[in-house]
This record gives sequence, structure tokens and C-alpha cells, in this order.
Amino acid sequence: MVDVTDRAKNHKTVGYYPGCALEGTGHAYNRSTKAIASELGLKLKEVDNWNCCGAMEVKNIDPKIQTYLSSRVLSNAHNTDHMDVVMAPCNGCYHNLKKAEYDLSHDAESRAVVDRLSSKAGHPTYKAGQVETIHALDWLKGTIGEEGIAARTKGKLAGLKVANYYGCMYTRPRHIFPEKDQGPGTESTSKPHFMDDLLAAAGADNVDFALKTACCGGAHTLSDSDTSTKLVANILRAAEASGAEVIATECPTCHTGLEMHQIRAEKRFGIKTTVKIMYFTQLLGLALGVGPRKLGIQENISDPMDLIIEKRLT
Amino acid sequence: MPIHEKSLIRPENMKTNDQELIIDGINVAGHWSTFIESRVITDYNENLQDEIEALPGGEFIHRCWQCGSCTNSCTVNAIEPRFNPRYWIYLIRTGMEQELLRDKDIIWMCVSCNKCTYACPRDVVPEGVMKATSHWLEMKGYTPKSPSTIFDEIFSSQVIERGKIEDTEVLTQFLRRTGQPLMQDWLKEIVFKVATKLPVTWGLKSMLAMVFKPKTRDWDRARLAIEEYIHEKEAEHRSALGLNGSHPEHDDHANEWDMRRQEVGSHIDQGDVSVPAGHHDESARSDFARRAGHINPPH
Ligand code: SF4
Ligand code: SF4
Repeated sequence: MVDVTDRAKNHKTVGYYPGCALEGTGHAYNRSTKAIASELGLKLKEVDNWNCCGAMEVKNIDPKIQTYLSSRVLSNAHNTDHMDVVMAPCNGCYHNLKKAEYDLSHDAESRAVVDRLSSKAGHPTYKAGQVETIHALDWLKGTIGEEGIAARTKGKLAGLKVANYYGCMYTRPRHIFPEKDQGPGTESTSKPHFMDDLLAAAGADNVDFALKTACCGGAHTLSDSDTSTKLVANILRAAEASGAEVIATECPTCHTGLEMHQIRAEKRFGIKTTVKIMYFTQLLGLALGVGPRKLGIQENISDPMDLIIEKRLT
Repeated sequence: MPIHEKSLIRPENMKTNDQELIIDGINVAGHWSTFIESRVITDYNENLQDEIEALPGGEFIHRCWQCGSCTNSCTVNAIEPRFNPRYWIYLIRTGMEQELLRDKDIIWMCVSCNKCTYACPRDVVPEGVMKATSHWLEMKGYTPKSPSTIFDEIFSSQVIERGKIEDTEVLTQFLRRTGQPLMQDWLKEIVFKVATKLPVTWGLKSMLAMVFKPKTRDWDRARLAIEEYIHEKEAEHRSALGLNGSHPEHDDHANEWDMRRQEVGSHIDQGDVSVPAGHHDESARSDFARRAGHINPPH
């Protein structure tokens, strides 16, 4: 059994791939990730001159272009930055880099297309195995771990009822995540728990939430908004029904989708929910004693400030 | 109803009437009398599976053994029961094109959640099949471009052009090209909520990002390489679907396309579609880049 976070464990410095979303709508995720990195003494070395991974859209134009785009990011991390671990907090980026890794190690045609495009574009071709892609959850589990979080936070989140929401791209499809489902200690694709573990270590009271890996309709958030709104409303209501005060997210697309369609569900369908939506990095940041501004909490549309004050988290 | 009969018996062919039901001049009313009007299917498209298989995502459709796990786990099926990947895969594999076309307007609704891919015991990747099928419908001219495709094209053309995207620009372009007002009620509320809370510097930053677009350095060679590749692939896909004009069998589709084009003519301009060869301008920089810049709104 290979523990894929082994390398991350030895890496207080990892390559950092924020991706387009974290420079736009997911700005607060970027801010809070960087804030907890500096609080924990971890170094993030941003991948030099990165490009978009292809998000959820480019594969629908051509899947191999998406593979190329993701491989270029990995090529820069390996050849320019000399990093062997890249951490991507965005589920979309993480998923695409993992998918590129899988395709490049299993499919000769993908290798040929990536090689052709890389040489035409004038940079070294990325080869499978040169870089390991991890999620922000793997990064914190690997470098700090539950014990580290518990020691530093002293149960600060105690009494906060959290529904952990992972969405689609962190676990599906299963085959691109060979390190998951490998027994105790590894992440599960059917019942993911890394975020639950980290927040529980900080004292949070995780609720039993059935829709952890349900889809928020992120791919069609604008092109089929009513469908996305229905899917999100379902997630929000299920979280409330399970007693959650806040939904913890680990993906900018999910996060923005939940916040945006929470408002839309009320405007269009009269479905009102009041559960707050926060990045897990914001919650961990608060638990570590970082101020809300540094965590970008003022940018959260669901406005969790009252809850934060009520729970004495500042 | 067993799955293989569902496509044979259409709901409108089921005749049940308690009041009066005349069949062959005889009133056979009564709830006991449910008649199924007989129907013979003759219009098979023997190439249907090959065509879908030739498009990205459709490669593994032949593996399907009709277990139904995809439909069973499907996110969209839960809110739109007519959305049935297992059934469409069956229709494609058996060449029942006319049956498939009855659902042509909802196939694009797949949200790519990959629950089906996770559940499928045969590695069919039904998510990919949904994408291949929606592209097939668009390429053949059976449907106008779906909002999803328009979004994908706007997004991808920005990535290909500059290496990165700027999400405000994607949003505004999409709303404009699909003919939606920029200020939707819910969007107004979000903008208002965000604007009142954010520091002024953030607003300035995002305005700057709209003027000085985020861009990957030295991207031009990558852009050209990608455009060249997409152009090649498009030609390959068109020819796999017999859309290069050299395949007499497909004149029907070309005619159908013309009709459709008249029907949706106000929605889509001529440069916007994968038209049969002859209409295709080979000198264009790339079909894709050209089209992405020429999308007119479906109202
Ligand atoms: S990827 Fe598409 S077809 Fe598959 S389960 Fe999700 S919505 Fe359904
Ligand atoms: S889950 Fe796979 S094998 Fe089963 S019906 Fe769907 S595509 Fe076919």
C-alpha cells in the first residue's frame, strides 16, 4: 500500500497551484489557505507561469486539450520549480491534474498528444510520475495531521455543528485516485472523511450528513441554473435537517455554487435556508486564532459573521 | 415494463378509454381494454453506435450490458425522470435514432457529476457518452447549440487565447450571448451583498483584472498548437459523422439540417455550426476560435 501523502509529509514546502478560480470568485479560499500556511509555518511555492487546468469546460471541446493544459502546469512545477509535490486546493484543478497523471500513465495516445503540443509550445513534456498532485486536505493531513491541529487549536470549534461537503470532483471517477480506498488512514471515495477528521480535531461537532458527495450542478451553474438551484437547495436543506449551522467546503466551484444558489433558491423557488457556507480553511484558520479578515470571511455571501461571534470564534 | 420493450411501446400508442374507444368501428370502451397500437420500426441507423464512438467520450459505449446503474445513480435523473442514460445507450447501440431524437432536447442536461462513471461495472463512462451524444445532436443539426456548449466554448476560447480565464468576463459574455439580462434579480442581490462588504481595493483589483486580463506568459505557441490540434480533430469528427459531403447516405441529414437551420436561423448564424463541407471555411484560423466568437443567442 502506497501512502500518497508520504512525500507531502516530508515537505514543509509544496508547489502551489491556485488556479483561475482562486484568483477570482474563490479569492477567500486562496486567502485563507495562505493564511493558515503561514500560521502553521508551511511554505507554498506558487507554480511558475501557470495556466488554466481546463476546468470543467475544455474537456467538452476536447479531453486531450484538457490533459495537455494540466500537464503543462505539472511540467512547470517539475522543470522550472523543481517541485515533486503540487498542492491544488480547488477540486477542479486537483481533479484535472490527477486525471492528466492517470491518462499519461495509462494511455499512449494521451502521451503522444501531450508530447506533440508540448514541443510545439516549446516546453519540456511532462512525464507521469514526475510530480505528485495533492489536495489541500491531503496537505494538511500529511504535514500537520489531526494531532497537530488538535494541539494547536485546543478544541476551539467545540459546539459548532458542521456538515462537511466534498462534491463530485474530489472522489469521482474513482480510477484517477489510486491512493484512495486503500484501507485505514486513506481517503474513501464513497464516504470521504479527511475534512471531517481535520475539523473534528479542531473540536467541531460534525453532523451526520448524507449528501457529502452529492452534485451541486456546478458545471451548469449558469447554463442550466434552475437545475443547479434545485440540486443546491436539496443539499442546503439536507444540511439543515441534519442540524448543521455551517457547511464546510473545499472547492471554490461548490462554495460559490452553494452561496449563489442559496440566494437564487429563495428568489426563484421561495426556498429559504439560513445555513452558513464556509471554506474549511476559514474554519481551521479561526480555530488557529487567525482573524476573520485575513481569512476573507467578509467575502462570504452567506455572511457567517454573526455565527462566528455567537460561537466566540474570533 | 421490461427495459427492451419501453422503446417499442410509446405512451401515445397505449389506448385506454372508459367512455368511448372505437377501434375498427367497434366501441371497445372499458378499462379492461388497454390496446397497444402496433408499430414497426424500420428506420434504423446502423452507424449510430460507430458515430457516437468516434466522438470524444463515446469510445466505450459498446461495453454496456444494460444494468441500469448509471440511470439509478444519476443526479439529473432524480429531478428529470426522462433523463435516462441507460436507455439512450440502448437506443444508440441498437441504432434507433428516431427514438433517441425524441429526447434530443434534454440530453445536454448532464452535469458531469460522474456518479454514473463511479457506478458503472463495465467502464463505459456514461458521462462521456452523454457529452458525445449531445455533440452528435448538435453536429448533425438536430439541436441548436445547448447553453452548456455555448458556455464551454466561451470558457475554452478564453483559455486557449490567453492561458487563463477571468470569471467576470466569462459570466458577462455568457449572459450576453444567450440573450439574458446582465442584472438578474438574484445576481443583483449577490453583487450588492459583495459590494457592501468588500474593501474598496478588492473592487479595484477585479476592475483591473477586467482591463488587464490575466494571461500566461509566452502563451502564443501553445495557443497555436492547441488550435491546430482542435482543427484537425474537428475535421476527423465531421468525417466520422459523414458530414464532409462525400457521403450520399447523409444527404438526408444535410436536408434536415437546412430545415433546422431555417427553424433556428434567427438563433444561430451560419458560421456557428459544424456545417457539411462546402460551407466550411478552411482558411479560418480555427473553426473553434472562429465559432466561439460568432455565437448568437438562442432566445
Ligand atoms: S455524469 Fe451526467 S449522466 Fe452521469 S450521473 Fe451525472 S448527470 Fe447523470
Ligand atoms: S452502468 Fe454502465 S453497464 Fe450499466 S447500463 Fe449504465 S453504462 Fe451500461
